Amino acid sequence: MKVLVSVKRVVDYNVRIQVKGDGSGVQTEGVKHSMNPFDEIAVEQAIRMKEAGTASEVIAVTIGDDKAVETLRTALAFGCDKAIHVKVDEAVEPPTAAAVFAKLAEAEGPDVFLMGKQAIDDDSNQTGQMTSARLGWPQATFASTIEIADGKATVAREVDEGLETIEVDLPAVITTDLRLNEPRYLKLPDIMKAKRKPVDTKSLDDLGVTPKAGLTVTKTAPPPEREAGIMVKSTDELISALKDKGLL
Amino acid sequence: MASVLLIAQHLGGELNNSTSKAMACAKDIGDVTVAVFAESGQSVADAAATLDGATKVVLVDRAENAEPLAAILAPQIVKLAQDLGVSHVIGPNTTFGKDLMPRVAALLDSVMVTDIMAVEAPYTFQRPIYAGNAVVTVEAPQDGILVGSARTASFKSVGEQAACPVEAVSVDAELPSHTRFVKREGAGGDRPDLQAAPKVVSGGRGVGSEENFEIIYRMADKIGAGVGASRAAVDSGFCPNDMQVGQTGKVIAPELYMCFGISGAIQHLAGIKDAGCIVAVNKDEEASIFEVADIGLVGDLFEVIPELESKL
Repeated sequence: MKVLVSVKRVVDYNVRIQVKGDGSGVQTEGVKHSMNPFDEIAVEQAIRMKEAGTASEVIAVTIGDDKAVETLRTALAFGCDKAIHVKVDEAVEPPTAAAVFAKLAEAEGPDVFLMGKQAIDDDSNQTGQMTSARLGWPQATFASTIEIADGKATVAREVDEGLETIEVDLPAVITTDLRLNEPRYLKLPDIMKAKRKPVDTKSLDDLGVTPKAGLTVTKTAPPPEREAGIMVKSTDELISALKDKGLL
Repeated sequence: MASVLLIAQHLGGELNNSTSKAMACAKDIGDVTVAVFAESGQSVADAAATLDGATKVVLVDRAENAEPLAAILAPQIVKLAQDLGVSHVIGPNTTFGKDLMPRVAALLDSVMVTDIMAVEAPYTFQRPIYAGNAVVTVEAPQDGILVGSARTASFKSVGEQAACPVEAVSVDAELPSHTRFVKREGAGGDRPDLQAAPKVVSGGRGVGSEENFEIIYRMADKIGAGVGASRAAVDSGFCPNDMQVGQTGKVIAPELYMCFGISGAIQHLAGIKDAGCIVAVNKDEEASIFEVADIGLVGDLFEVIPELESKL
């Protein structure tokens, strides 16, 4: 069985992002970047499937500028067999990303396409669903557990009401939630070995994808500030402060 | 004038309150028709008809709609939106809407605005990025049918109106057989729904264990609150995943949010920014939760909660 897994290079989740003074965007230069945490879980899952003998080949794919290759190397260090870099210098929105991933899926013919449920930069939560819709495949989003057998995936999904289990025929797109697994720490020999693994570079033209007109960001602002709070010294003070506000 | 198809969320024959919040967003855009996809959905449709802002409810009643599967619902929504000639399709940004709406957008070959916080104009919206640490104003293209999901914490539930007409319709869409519902397991219980509760009490890593989490439930029951948790508490197995509040869990806006033993990671803060009053109790006076708390108390939750229990 073949597995495709998508990864995105994003501002590291520990960075406190700053909005640029002129409202033109978020400061992304000179700050640490890493693999989107949900994609890391997707890669880990793909590698576990390979280690369990469920998957025979795992291919990591990304869309981005030259720096995105670093993120592919991380995926290769996890144990992916090869990688495809779709080189695009401008930021790509979910409909275009989905068009690219659908083309790659058609070309590679995976049984499972694993993706993070959302990227922590734009928080869109769209690309997996859009990719599966374009392919006419089933989708199993927000996966908490995945079992693969007999050409089907049984996926427990993290939903607002608890856990919902669905069964989908393969091929399918599965997007990963936080508790699917805990990604491993990478070892130096694996990182070194990843440098020699093949990375295939493609352009949007190669795939026949034209970027779709998407959302135009006209302003970026910091969130509204909350008014400064007060510190109380005792539960009596806390209760009276809450009573003053009419909350108790 | 923009016209919106609002996708109702419901379960067990009851309309979910997220639909009312998404209605508040939808009516800021234009005239609203509510779509109910269900099996035996008359009671849900009747409830939707009284949501202030609904001009019509269309009920698509069929056995395949018994469970909210995106792959089954999306082709029907697309066909219905095209049949009705609406300009927008809006759903709540709950896990139901997050799963479904992007699939609808892709089938329409359209774009989607996730997590709408405010409607500035029918094609201009505010939405959060980077876990709510920045807010962008976006303009969407005006050709095609625009899809969006409403951030439920940013909109207040709408009031009631005299019921608008409910029309049963059939939608001629081919449905896939590749996706099947198996089961749903909820924590359930009698406590108020976390996403709708006016008061929420939550616990974090500082609670220490699943057994200790009982103290959080007790505190919540004392003031009639819903119960939430930080990612750290869920990951540590103190409580189930549906209690997680934050960037990737639930985004909530209670009038009162009391958190115990939560340090205040930015991902958690993303889920509580719209709370009316944030009360933080933490042993560590340096905890970043105190930067956003309206009322802070440095103290041990295992001493503070019993004191509160006895005094309230």
